[in-house]
Amino acid sequence: MTTLPFIAVTLVATALLSVPARAQDHGGHDEQPALAPRAQSSPPVKADLHAGHSPSVANPKSAMDHNMMDHGAMAHGSANDTASSTGVSPGPMMETPQPIEAGSGPSRAADAIWGADAMFDSRKSLRESHGDFPVFWFQGDRLEAQIRGGHNGYLWDFQSYYGGPTSRLWFKSEGEGDFGKALEDAEVQALYSRAIAPFWDLQLGVRQDVAGDKTTHAVIGVQGLAPYMFEVDAAMFVSHRGDIMARIEAELDQRITRRLILQPRAEVNLSAQDVPRLGIGAGIDSVEAGVRLRYEITREFAPYIGVEQSWRLGRSADFARASDEDPSVTNYVVGVRFWF
Amino acid sequence: MNTSITRRGILAGLGAGATLAAVPAWAQGHSMRRHNGPPIRVGFDEVSGEVIDLAVAGGRRNVQGRSGHGIAVNGSVPGPLIRLREGQNVRLNVTNHLNEDTSIHWHGLLVPFQYDGVPGVSFPGIKPHETFTYDFPIRQSGTYWYHSHSHLQEQSGHYGPLIIEPAGAEPVSYDRDYILLLSEFTPLHPHFIMSRLRTGEGYFNDKLSSWTDKYPMSGAERRMWAEMRMLPTDIADVSAPTYTYLANGRGAEEGLEYLFRRGERIRLRVINGSAMTFFNLRIPGLPMTVIAADGQNVKPVEVDELQIATAETYDIIIEPGKADAYAIVAESMDRSGMALAMLATVPGAKASVPPLRDAPLLTMGDMGMNHGPTASDMAAGHDGHAGMHHGGGGDANAAESHSMDGMSMRDKSLLPPDVEIGPGLDMVSMAPVDKMGDPGIGLRDVKHRVLNYRMLSALEPNQDTREPSRLLEIHLTGNMERYMWSFDGRMFSSVDDVPIRFAWNERVRVKLVNNTMMAHPIHLHGMFFELVNGESAMHQPRKNVVVVQPGASAQFDLTANEPGDWAFHCHLLYHMHGGMMQTVTVVGPEGAT
Repeated sequence: MTTLPFIAVTLVATALLSVPARAQDHGGHDEQPALAPRAQSSPPVKADLHAGHSPSVANPKSAMDHNMMDHGAMAHGSANDTASSTGVSPGPMMETPQPIEAGSGPSRAADAIWGADAMFDSRKSLRESHGDFPVFWFQGDRLEAQIRGGHNGYLWDFQSYYGGPTSRLWFKSEGEGDFGKALEDAEVQALYSRAIAPFWDLQLGVRQDVAGDKTTHAVIGVQGLAPYMFEVDAAMFVSHRGDIMARIEAELDQRITRRLILQPRAEVNLSAQDVPRLGIGAGIDSVEAGVRLRYEITREFAPYIGVEQSWRLGRSADFARASDEDPSVTNYVVGVRFWF
Repeated sequence: MNTSITRRGILAGLGAGATLAAVPAWAQGHSMRRHNGPPIRVGFDEVSGEVIDLAVAGGRRNVQGRSGHGIAVNGSVPGPLIRLREGQNVRLNVTNHLNEDTSIHWHGLLVPFQYDGVPGVSFPGIKPHETFTYDFPIRQSGTYWYHSHSHLQEQSGHYGPLIIEPAGAEPVSYDRDYILLLSEFTPLHPHFIMSRLRTGEGYFNDKLSSWTDKYPMSGAERRMWAEMRMLPTDIADVSAPTYTYLANGRGAEEGLEYLFRRGERIRLRVINGSAMTFFNLRIPGLPMTVIAADGQNVKPVEVDELQIATAETYDIIIEPGKADAYAIVAESMDRSGMALAMLATVPGAKASVPPLRDAPLLTMGDMGMNHGPTASDMAAGHDGHAGMHHGGGGDANAAESHSMDGMSMRDKSLLPPDVEIGPGLDMVSMAPVDKMGDPGIGLRDVKHRVLNYRMLSALEPNQDTREPSRLLEIHLTGNMERYMWSFDGRMFSSVDDVPIRFAWNERVRVKLVNNTMMAHPIHLHGMFFELVNGESAMHQPRKNVVVVQPGASAQFDLTANEPGDWAFHCHLLYHMHGGMMQTVTVVGPEGAT
């Protein structure tokens, strides 16, 4: 289980992310060039291309377009030494602005032939189908029965989005309960999600708890893919009563074969204060760690089995014991993961 | 034509698809659209003359037992061979029998821009049940093709070959003239494919790495790829078994055959009319002499294999020897499948077919890392997306030679200021060297002779050999996870009114820098450009598609002498729709407007 340290590291890292309001003095922002000396240098640095040819290119003639910056226009060496432009077919070395004669403004040549009205719809259609267009996705990440001592239960964890590649509306829902009893926990979230980095979305919205003590929360979170392919979802919740809580989830798909996938998963719930009416204590409220083994009958449909351990900690454990619950629970799970 | 389609319409609906009982339909990975319609013929007839009628209609394709929705020109996939002669005029009446707009783009033809066939750029498109007439003079000769530029119709079969005979003599002699049009069939609807590419990372990749794969990668290399959140097996976004690879519309088991007599010279016009596939073409036991690229003659060059990118054409001469049959093998670049044809002396003669070779993997060079790590590289910080301190710190494994730790995969300082840096850019090539001599992914270490761009030399001297007056650098950018593709970090949807502009008759050197780990076949409509491949300006090969290898750069020289608006895009269909497209505007001789 070499992956567990990674989970730990990722969780710590995400913890930093998830509470942006709190002190975070690492300054690790995407835009920070901080420790990168090269970040100051000017565009294309080609100086050390001589250090070695690409080992993967069979034809040694093929390698380099060096000389662009440092050698000027001399055709030195053998004629087949270089691709560069500088040898047999000279050309400019630096990018320069287009001449005034190239004109300006949008391309409208077709309007003169077919008319602007005739072109309008096709231009719109072209724009709306090449790049930013919406898609719909729905995932039942976990839909499972939980087998544990005494009272077996069920759990769902769904998410869905509609939107383009950088701007989406998200829907999330999760809930759980014991068979034969009232729903224990259930929530739905509606979020606006905006890409802030290649692999990360910032999400803002609301969460409504629809079981137990009805609570409304404002949500701010990040969701995305961390290095080493961890799927991370970290969010902070501020309830309408002013309570601040956070949740960090991470999952990793480890392919054993093309279709058999082992998925370690961890979740940490945090609280900034005691919330006795919800049975939550300040600090780390609960930790879940589990592993699920699924078989993809199709990419979209995969039954799984697994085991998950959850702990209530600190004051939360006290609350649990007070209401006659075991703060440490082991669940054996059987479920299905699906998406479309 | 129309009546025959209608008559076949009676047969509609007889083909029933198999269903899996246990799994709901939406979970089977199939499009839920019905594949009704008349059956589409496989293979093509020939049309020629001054007036040519073409009909675009939907139907059902059936390939090796799989069936799917198709779009055919004149009832067949590929559509009919259009045979023209240099110097003639042609009127092409294209009637749209679909319930959506269509179009035909004449790939590689020099035409007035309004007849180039790109809806939204050159004309409004062809509305359902309307006829549009293209009318232009034929100013060139060679091997070309045509295809829809509307929606994702090209994937469904809307393409065909186009050959123009020269006004004068052919530069080489041959006894037989054959066409090999390579493409793909899929039972899936192309909209489903596009959607899955956006939502399901690696959905069509049947070669994902796993604990039990046989890829020659060390644990450190595997961790490096995982750290970068990229897939070393991402050679082709869509491949077999989603695709069945086709030779003139036929699957490998469906027996495409070219007959010959011993001692004959055969001209084989190879057209890659696929949506997403690069093919490795070889004929075991026979060398191939390349005589033309993208329709333009080159000095004959003999090779044993060549990689033909999407939308490229190569004309080759082969001289079969003593055997009764030779196999023409077109292996997909990711080696998930092949298209196949036989050269045979008697019908039914078969040569042995070599098995698919091992799947290639992306390498450090494909990330644009073409030199050993240097001190400054090592000191450069992590990308640190949104502040992640990942993997236990960058310096811990810095000494590990294959690790990316300590090196930035997205060093923004390497980009010129006109590249937009945002979520749509997941990688910056560290040292994008020119790879004109690269035979292509998977062919860099084969033992025999493989074509590369540096081996191409124009047969006839180029007309414009002026030194380019300016350099235009365009960065190919993308985000594999979000399936965003773009030039200079901006998808077409945000630059549809921001064309790349050229002055009349301007001579420009265009440098394409690939900041992605995929090879992109970049296509310019309306004009040929000359590859800057080490040849003299007089003999730089003329092409209309250039492959920019992963992490590398490529240059071409262009004389902007075809006024109007032209499409400029990656010819991988789903990359173009993912945003890697821009309009090129060439100002006319009357000057800037």
